[in-house]
Parts: sequence; structure tokens; C-alpha cells
Amino acid sequence: MEYILMIIACVFVNNIVLSQFLGICPFLGVSNKLGTALGMGVAVIFVMTLATLVTSLVHVYVLVPMGVEFLQTIAFILIIAALVQMVEIILKKTSPSLYQALGIFLPLITTNCAVLGVAIGVTQKFDIAAGNYILQSVVYTASTALGFAVAICIFAGLREQLELTGVPKAMKGVPIALITAGILAMAFMGFANLV
Amino acid sequence: MKKLRILFNGILKENPTFVLVLGMCPTLGVTTSAFNGFGMGVATMFVLMLSNMLISLLKNFIPDMVRIPAYIVVIATFVSIVDLLIQGFVPALGESLGLFIPLIVVNCIVLGRAEAFASKNSVFDSMLDGIGMGLGFTLSLTVIGAIREILGSGSIFGFQFLPETYNILIFVLAPGAFFVLGFLMALIRHLQSK
Repeated sequence: MEYILMIIACVFVNNIVLSQFLGICPFLGVSNKLGTALGMGVAVIFVMTLATLVTSLVHVYVLVPMGVEFLQTIAFILIIAALVQMVEIILKKTSPSLYQALGIFLPLITTNCAVLGVAIGVTQKFDIAAGNYILQSVVYTASTALGFAVAICIFAGLREQLELTGVPKAMKGVPIALITAGILAMAFMGFANLV
Repeated sequence: MKKLRILFNGILKENPTFVLVLGMCPTLGVTTSAFNGFGMGVATMFVLMLSNMLISLLKNFIPDMVRIPAYIVVIATFVSIVDLLIQGFVPALGESLGLFIPLIVVNCIVLGRAEAFASKNSVFDSMLDGIGMGLGFTLSLTVIGAIREILGSGSIFGFQFLPETYNILIFVLAPGAFFVLGFLMALIRHLQSK
């Protein structure tokens, strides 16, 4: 039950893009078409969950026992960059079809602040002493990433419609996208107090 | 004259927020008040200046193949320093910026300038470029923060100039960030196209 509530909270109430402002770059950058947005969403769910699994293992078994939590930022960004490279190489060798679908998004994800943001965020949010730290972090990350996928797919759908409407010249492109995102964020505010 | 141009390039012509559209996450996330925007801008400027200088110094020693990871390590080091300094000396600011301080590492502006400018230019020019870009970023963040603070709670830099009862909460909350940035960007484009 606790985990179901956490999933709903992460996907709708505290949506990572629309209320925490992480991952705005891919959110604005690859949301022109629903198909690419879906691909990006799936790639983010995959990489983010894997990244947090590895970083929280490192956090629990290396950084905290050695008392070097101040190295967190450096360690996490290196782990994420290496991990993304590795996933890319493995996918290329073992599953060419999956690589075709997700490949172009993988390099983009390294610079996605959402991945590092969530990896650091869970170390502040959950307590190792309380137990279940790694399971909690992974569920939290997977549902946060699902929230990203939901938001980017809805937004891509809206932007496809937006292409067909007459937008004032100065508002074309990023400005109207930002305002659309603002209205979407308002809609998501309706989920507040749900959990 | 050329040095001045490098310095001012980042403030107006290539303003990182409004023209290059880089570093959107902190721009939207921390600008709930003018002071928060200013603090984030200064922290980023500090990292930009120092990482630009060090990368420019090291540019002949870093092999081309591993330059991006090397840049990231340099940037992450300075970000950790800034993070610890803010936590130690201005804990209130640290609390309101929160997660966004370690996230300076993945701010595209910092890595972008390292790759586009510092890896090709002298140390002094790279420092000027870092300061200029940092000032441009600080300026845009402070402006966005000020507009949101004025519209949202009728104060500026914490100074209340409208009655306490005035507040339009939406501008302080998430949607307001998108609206203010969207309209500001459209305004700047409109003025530029004239």
C-alpha cells in the first residue's frame, strides 16, 4: 500500500517535470512528435531506474561506510556517464532492434539533469537506518521516471496539435511551448492533496 | 576592446537563458524570488569562471578522446566546493536552492562553454567568457525571480511594497515559472525582430 501511494504521488502529484523542474531540456527538446517522445520516455525509465540502483548501492556500501559523502556529486555523475555508455554498447551488441529504438536517446540522457537529480534526491529523501533503502529508492525512481514519460507524451500530443494553429510570430517555438507547459502544470496541480 | 566584447557577449548577444535557451532547469526551478535567482546565478558564475580557467590551462594535456569526462570531473569538483561553501556560509540560501546546487554539474551552459570556448582560448579570455556568461545567467535569473516575486507576493528582494494581503500564488508556484519565462522570451524576440 505504501508503495502504491508512492507511485501515485511520484507520477501525478509531484510530477518531476511539471512541479520539480527536472529534465526540462529533453521535455522541450524531443517533444515535437508523439513517437519520439514515447521513445525518450521509455529510455528515461530504463536508464534512470538502473542509474539509481547503482548509485544507491554505491552510496550505501562505499560512500557512507567510508565517510566520504562529500564526493557524492563527482561519484554519481561519473557512474551515470559510464553506465549510459555501457548500456549503449551492450544494447548495440545484444539487441539491435532495441538499440534502434532507444539508441539515439541514450547520449542525450547523460546530460539529463533528472537522472542525477533523482539519484541525489533519494539519498536526501530516504534514510539508510530505516531499512529497505534500496527498494524504496528504486520504486521511487521508477515511478518518477514514469511521471516523466507521462508528462512528455501528453506534452508531445499537445504540441502536435499546436503545429496546426496560428501562433503569433514572436511566440513560435520555445515560448508557446513554455506557456503550454505552464497550463499543463496547472492541470497537474489539480492532483495536489490526492495522496 | 576585444576583451570587453568577450565579456559582454554573454550578457546580451548570446544570453544563455533567452537566446541560447540553455540551463532551463535551474532557470525555472529556483526563481521563486529575486534573491534565490541571484544566488543561483552567482553560484553558477563562480563555477563557470573557475572551470573555464582550469580547462583552458589543461587544454593541451587532456587527450581528445577523454575530454568530456575530464571536463565533467573538473566541473564536478568546483560544484562540490561551491555546494559546501554555500552550506557553510549561507545555509538559508542552500535550503531554498536545495538540489539545484549539485545539479550545476549537468547545467548545459557550463559544459557548453568548456567545449565551445575554454578548450580553444587563452586562460584570461576564458575567465572573461566565464564571467560574462555567468553575469548574463545571473541577470536573467534575477529578472525572472523579481517578476515572479513582484507579481506573486508584491515584494522585491524580500522588501514588501504592496499590502500583505496581496498575493497571486500561481506566480510563485510551478506554472508561473513557465508563464513568466515564455512571455519574457516572446517579448525579447519581438523586440529583436524590430
